[in-house]
Amino acid sequence: MQFIFRLNCLIILRMIRSYIQSFGRYCIFLSQVFRSPEKWKVFLQQSIFEMNKLGVESIPLVIIISIFIGAVILIQMSINVISPFIPAFSIGLATREVLILEFSCTMMSLILAGKVGSNISSEIGTMRVTEQIDAMEIMGLNSANFIVLPKVVGFVLFMPVLYVLSIFMGLVGGALVSKFTDMLSMEDYILGLQTMFTEWYIWYAIIKTVVFAFIISTVAAFYGYYVKGGSREVGKASTQAVVASSILILLADVILTKLMLQ
Amino acid sequence: MIEAKHISKWFDGAQVLHDVSATFETGKTNLIIGQSGSGKTVLIKCLVGLLTPEEGEILYDGRKFRNLDMSQKRQLRSEIGMLFQGSALFDNETVLGNVMFPLKMFTSMSHAEQLDRAHFCIQRVGLTNADDKYPSEISGGMQKRVAIARAIALNPKYLFCDEPNSGLDPRTSILIDELLSDITHEYNITTIINTHDMNSVLGIGEHIVFINKGRCDWTGNSKSIFRSHSESLNDFVFASELFKEVKKYLEAEYRSKQES
Repeated sequence: MQFIFRLNCLIILRMIRSYIQSFGRYCIFLSQVFRSPEKWKVFLQQSIFEMNKLGVESIPLVIIISIFIGAVILIQMSINVISPFIPAFSIGLATREVLILEFSCTMMSLILAGKVGSNISSEIGTMRVTEQIDAMEIMGLNSANFIVLPKVVGFVLFMPVLYVLSIFMGLVGGALVSKFTDMLSMEDYILGLQTMFTEWYIWYAIIKTVVFAFIISTVAAFYGYYVKGGSREVGKASTQAVVASSILILLADVILTKLMLQ
Repeated sequence: MIEAKHISKWFDGAQVLHDVSATFETGKTNLIIGQSGSGKTVLIKCLVGLLTPEEGEILYDGRKFRNLDMSQKRQLRSEIGMLFQGSALFDNETVLGNVMFPLKMFTSMSHAEQLDRAHFCIQRVGLTNADDKYPSEISGGMQKRVAIARAIALNPKYLFCDEPNSGLDPRTSILIDELLSDITHEYNITTIINTHDMNSVLGIGEHIVFINKGRCDWTGNSKSIFRSHSESLNDFVFASELFKEVKKYLEAEYRSKQES
């Protein structure tokens, strides 16, 4: 029994040591990434390219998910909030608050961690195993800065746009339900959207979105950059990147909510 | 000239290079040969600075690599061209984009000058009508040529090639070897080629370093390699049936010369 206890302690200690080591390597990696670019013109071109690839190309996914989730939130609210003491417009209000405070920033970030995170990680990982990163290093280029910084800048700058779009499309989804069903009248829905609006919530969510975008892009890049081996390891790194960034997003969500809304 | 002095390298406690010393001469095609897993790639990566040896020194024309500061290392790296085993072309760039990449990043040339230089390098390696193609759209031999064109774009003083013939048919291999040899002599480059292809050894081996189990067992050239008394080298050189026949022929010729 004592032996099993000691073994478990040892395993836990090793895991903690491994996490600390990974965090240290992540910090060193970030110190390489956040340096002045070799050529600003090339950096700006790359950033715009990445903004298009990581951000603009995610718009269809954001639109589809947001419309459906907005519709489902309204349906759920109207099914569960049945009370003569609760006014009908509060369903619209609750739908808006759910979208603004959690769905369009946190849930959308978790979804994009899968799409964008795996894209970044597998792209950089493939560059590593095909020696493209070594080729850059041989030329004297800071490869981490050249490859990763445009991705981080492009995605962090575009993520708030996706957030605002997600809120809008979610509200459209709710409006469609209210228009085509008898769950809630359109007047009550619009009244709910306009009632007790707090502007700070939008800023709070935008700050969260920026932090989440930073986590997704840097964590995915970190896992891709240090891949060793072949295609199997690239796939494994992509999975690890998505899992790690999802956990970090949830952790950051708790911390930021506690800090900014209390 | 590049000198490796007493290089030793370990990976996870296992010693991969044991006190390797070798000199690679300017204007010559220097070959590092040896069996797979003998430590050739580790040696070339140590020479080029991708790996740091635990012991020993690497000197580029007398400059100790270890003692160089960041800016000096960057300066030195701009004098190095490297051809990787898998070509290591950038997937998202066309052939022209790949060759222009070092020019775009490390020179103050205008776009027109960059284009001129890139076209010159592409023509020098014998590629035609491939400017707008992506690496995935061209053959392995063409990819090697593009990689050579990219490596020579900045007029390097040192050219490193890690198994340039791997995955190529014998005819294309010879063409790549000849191209590397021509470029070396034309621009007076210190070229180091890592290979286990005996055709390359015989064709362009002006100075050869044989690595066996992480040790430098023999140095010489393509002429002296058949007269070596090193058992490990002979095992490597005469491994194929063809070269066993060559050996028999050479020995018979040697005996007949002695008898006459």
